[in-house]
Amino acid sequence: MRILMLVLLLTLSGFAGARVEYKEFANAEQQQAYDDLISELRCLVCQNQTIADSNADLAKDLRRQVYEMLQQGKSKQDIADFMTQRYGDFVLYNPPFKAKTGLLWIGPFMFLAIGLIAVFVFVRRNKTRAAAPISAERQQKIQSLLEKGDNS
Amino acid sequence: MLKYIIPLVIFIVMAVFLAVGLNLNPRDIPSPLIDKPAPAFSAPKLGAPSETLSQTDLKGKVWLFNVWASWCVSCRAEHPVLNQLAKQKAAVIVGLNYKDESDAANNWLAQLGNPYDVSIMDQDGRIGIDWGVYGVPETFVIDKKGVIRYKHTGPVTSQDVQTIFLPLIAKLQAEKT
Repeated sequence: MRILMLVLLLTLSGFAGARVEYKEFANAEQQQAYDDLISELRCLVCQNQTIADSNADLAKDLRRQVYEMLQQGKSKQDIADFMTQRYGDFVLYNPPFKAKTGLLWIGPFMFLAIGLIAVFVFVRRNKTRAAAPISAERQQKIQSLLEKGDNS
Repeated sequence: MLKYIIPLVIFIVMAVFLAVGLNLNPRDIPSPLIDKPAPAFSAPKLGAPSETLSQTDLKGKVWLFNVWASWCVSCRAEHPVLNQLAKQKAAVIVGLNYKDESDAANNWLAQLGNPYDVSIMDQDGRIGIDWGVYGVPETFVIDKKGVIRYKHTGPVTSQDVQTIFLPLIAKLQAEKT
């Protein structure tokens, strides 16, 4: 019974992400462009959601705007430009590479490089330490221990 | 010695980054419209829907464009500040009644006072989109040439009026058309 309930709840949860309003499209391409765009544009009121996910008033208006512009035959780039002219690069989940967004794009690679260098230095240092020759005295001690066997 | 300095440096760098991050307001998104001409609009006036107002009617004047709505809670907090500012007659104050019912909006102004020289209606939020409005209230300052010079997101406080708005308006009033 419990499992059945879980399955039921999990299947129902899928609907939560479904589009809120029904929109009609002339062709599948336009539908695809619409779906792509609304999942790439940020809702500025609820900042960690796309306008596809959000039910905020502004998100609804922006979906309508995207839909209307597609109906007018505007390209995806036109619509993305329209949005950035008004709301800035922040509205895009996939911002263009610019001086201002440079750190955002390069940052992760920079940290990866720092990590790799740190690992490299660490490994190198350990290796040189391990390669140091064992003194004659210790060598002898090892030898005697091996012959005697461990009594402890 | 180095053994102690490296963690200390890492700690200081992280502390600085986190402190800056904590003090940034994620709602304060820089508007790309600053220093750009005010987006065109032509909309019916609130209270006199047969008349329209467009941004060209305001050429040659320094004006504030305040986005408000009767359903907006922080607008209520901001309202007395705007009433005060209106009394000083420093600049023309134009209201954008954003996604509101005209009856509710008129009632609101009747009850709380009307700081606006004129308010225009944007019932479906299209002018709002053109101006990049995402959080009501918002206030823009537009110069005599019709260029947006400043944007304030969220309620304007009387301190903002003293430190930001009045000095800016005075500066813009001194500019030539």
